[in-house]
Amino acid sequence: MTRTRLIDPKGWIFLAALAAFCLVVPLLNLGVAEGSGLHLPTYLVSLFGKYLAFALLALSLDLVWGYCGILSLGHGAFFGLGGYAMGMYLMRQIGPRGVYGNPVLPDFMVFLNYKELPWYWLGFDHFAFAALMVLAVPGLLAFVFGWLAFRSRVTGVYLSIITQAMTFALMLAFFRNDMGLGGNNGLTDFKDILGFPVQAQGTRVALFVATGIALALGYLVARFMTVSAYGKILIAVRDAEPRTRFLGYRPEHYKTLAFTVSAMMAGVAGALYVPQVGIINPGEFAPTNSIEAVIWVAVGGRGTLVGAALGAVIVNYAKTVLTGAMPDAWLFALGALFVVVTLFMPKGIVGSLIERFGSPRAKAKLPPEPEIAPKLAEEGQG
Amino acid sequence: MIRIIILSLLLGLAAPAVAQDAVPADAYTRLASDSYGDIEAGIAALAASGDPRAGAVLSALGEGRLLYRPADKALFIKQGDALADARTGAPAQAEGLKPVRANNKIRRALDAAQGQLNLASPDAARRREAADAVFKARDPVALPALDAALARESDAGVKRALAAARAAVLLAKPGTPDAERLAALPSIQARGDGDAIAILRTVAASDPNETVKAAAGRGIQQVETRLAIAAAAQNVWYGVSLGSVLLLAAIGLAITFGVMGIINMAHGEMVMLGAYTTYLVQDAIRAHAPGLFDWSLAISIPCAFLVAGAVGVAIERGIIRFLYGRPLETLLATFGVSLILQQAVRSIFGPTNREVGSPGFMSGAFDLFGLSITWGRLWIVLFSLAVFLGLLFVLRKTAFGLKTRAVTQNRRMAAAMGIRTPWVDAMTFGLGSGIAGIAGVALSQIDNVSPNLGQGYIIDSFLVVVFGGVGNLWGTLVAALTLGVANKLFEPYFGAVLAKIALLVFIILFIQKRPRGLFALKGRAVES
Repeated sequence: MTRTRLIDPKGWIFLAALAAFCLVVPLLNLGVAEGSGLHLPTYLVSLFGKYLAFALLALSLDLVWGYCGILSLGHGAFFGLGGYAMGMYLMRQIGPRGVYGNPVLPDFMVFLNYKELPWYWLGFDHFAFAALMVLAVPGLLAFVFGWLAFRSRVTGVYLSIITQAMTFALMLAFFRNDMGLGGNNGLTDFKDILGFPVQAQGTRVALFVATGIALALGYLVARFMTVSAYGKILIAVRDAEPRTRFLGYRPEHYKTLAFTVSAMMAGVAGALYVPQVGIINPGEFAPTNSIEAVIWVAVGGRGTLVGAALGAVIVNYAKTVLTGAMPDAWLFALGALFVVVTLFMPKGIVGSLIERFGSPRAKAKLPPEPEIAPKLAEEGQG
Repeated sequence: MIRIIILSLLLGLAAPAVAQDAVPADAYTRLASDSYGDIEAGIAALAASGDPRAGAVLSALGEGRLLYRPADKALFIKQGDALADARTGAPAQAEGLKPVRANNKIRRALDAAQGQLNLASPDAARRREAADAVFKARDPVALPALDAALARESDAGVKRALAAARAAVLLAKPGTPDAERLAALPSIQARGDGDAIAILRTVAASDPNETVKAAAGRGIQQVETRLAIAAAAQNVWYGVSLGSVLLLAAIGLAITFGVMGIINMAHGEMVMLGAYTTYLVQDAIRAHAPGLFDWSLAISIPCAFLVAGAVGVAIERGIIRFLYGRPLETLLATFGVSLILQQAVRSIFGPTNREVGSPGFMSGAFDLFGLSITWGRLWIVLFSLAVFLGLLFVLRKTAFGLKTRAVTQNRRMAAAMGIRTPWVDAMTFGLGSGIAGIAGVALSQIDNVSPNLGQGYIIDSFLVVVFGGVGNLWGTLVAALTLGVANKLFEPYFGAVLAKIALLVFIILFIQKRPRGLFALKGRAVES
């Protein structure tokens, strides 16, 4: 069996497009004078940066859903945790410039009569520590959660429901003022990141490019995982978990690893999202957000990685346009998208393209078309 | 409290002094005065006299309708434009009248006096209220009236209240002998509420006699134990009430998810549709037949069932039937449907809450062994049980239920036996959705009827069904009640939000342990 190349043609197209995007956008923003018709306003740079962060979230979700059959309805939780870790770093950078001028405590803590910084805030004044937490906190949660769930063979719908319960519980927890993380209002009013003012044009462009690079790296990591020998087992687990187990593999190990890496990627996406939108609040944990991320992947095509990223950008662009033009129509459109994609485009955009133009081997890697009566099929297998 | 006691003490001392200098000292003449001291003494004397006109005179004074003639100290009551003699009630004519004035002190004295008068009221509920008022005021002036009332009282409940009031007065009055104070304690204890504890605390802290102090201390412990049990029972009741709401929300899902295996994320929106149907039905009744308003909920139930059920059948025929056996895809598609339904309702009815009224029989509360139970909640508990039993009956005892179970267990075999499986699918899904609509009727009574109504229930409903065991209605019942009661029992210790989080974490961990819920179905049919 020949090794699959790390970057296939579809990947080259994706990376080239991404690189071009990350070159053109800063050029049009910084290089073209403000009065010119070609000039790109800075707010659009941040908006595109937000799309790329969502694309990374979609990519992380595709890694578990498309390649290992775990439909996580709680990836927003990992995204939010990464975002909060970054938000805590940014809060600590405000220093005495807050409304209350307290050099140590963020404004909301002064307001809530905190006397000293809670222990879990210690260390967040260092970027390196915060960056570590962006990976470690979602990773650890995913590891513990996944290890428990996969070991006891919680699969399918049940897994989806408990991931949803997880993000719901986190949302309730972060809404509490006693949590010491800003409660309802979350963390906002950021000033500096690594010494550069967050609002400045240059910083925003840099954050945009950083998000693009993170997306490219995320793609390479996910690709590396899925084309390796490990990835082949992962796909085997997706398609026939009991059979893989009977062949002597431990599906729970493969799933836990994929789930943990995916959660870390979602955490990075959240961390890059927060400085670009300037706020993180418990609303990010809302179960609806996580489900919305699932539809990005479904639209783009699950099990294709490139498709997930593409789907996130397309759906969010549509959301920006529609909520601006016809606010009432957005939920109708999003709802219809869910229905139409599941009914008529189960493979998504990229999946449909592969099926049309791809090689037989590329087709074989797509998630199988579910049978109409898998109950009977599985009874036959198991 | 202490101020009132001091006040009544002063009053007790002042009254004889006033009595000495007013020569023909009857209550009516004392009232006819511009001295607040005289008026107050007059009120007390009138209340103690047992005069049948006393009530009318005192309420006239309270409302500023009592007038007097300074010349001969005659009293009159103004009734509209006419005057009446205060002593006899006969119509009268008079000139140069001045109103009997009242200040806050007088009004307090009036309240106490009216309390005394109520002690003799023929209505048991009013006597009891009066006794409670005396219990709270602890005015020694009321003692003779209390003794008289106790002697003639026949109702056991009122008698207990009177005894407690008398005991409270005795304990508050200085100079009560030790033995009487000791004897007074059990009656206070028998009341067994927060006020009783407050009185016992005062006694335990400041009584001069050690024996009385110790007895009061023991009394506090007993009352506190009883109160703790009552509070726990109240929490259990709240829990049952919450559990019944969860049951109502989840029971339709127990059909669509539990029996059919469809992840219906639009389930909450079926509940919402039911609530909006109730709103529309009430609106129509208000406009066309206001007399039927008390029946509005009963009329709404079949309407909500039909509306939500029809939408459910439409969803099943239009979307879900193409997705059988792909549970994760149904999840996404029905989530899309839920967004569309929410936005549709928002566009039609607006984003704000709609007002759904409660019929008369739903309002009010009653007292059961110290538990305060609201009628509305009680009806919802009973209603949810009725829905549960009705559903159980349909699934177990009817031909339709038999077909549903057959299709669930083995679709191909059922089809081979001549069951029209697509029809059964549509009807079963319609049944589950219709029951969600019925739940919406009940939930419209306790929740805001807004487009987001369903969102609040969907996660809880799924957790209830999963916790109880998919495909098992009894499991859903047990799970809903367990989660409801556990939530309310945790709440006093952790607060509402943490209690909820704790339960979510518990369910997540529980599913690791028993992935198929509390009451898992056994056999190969459920393995997929």
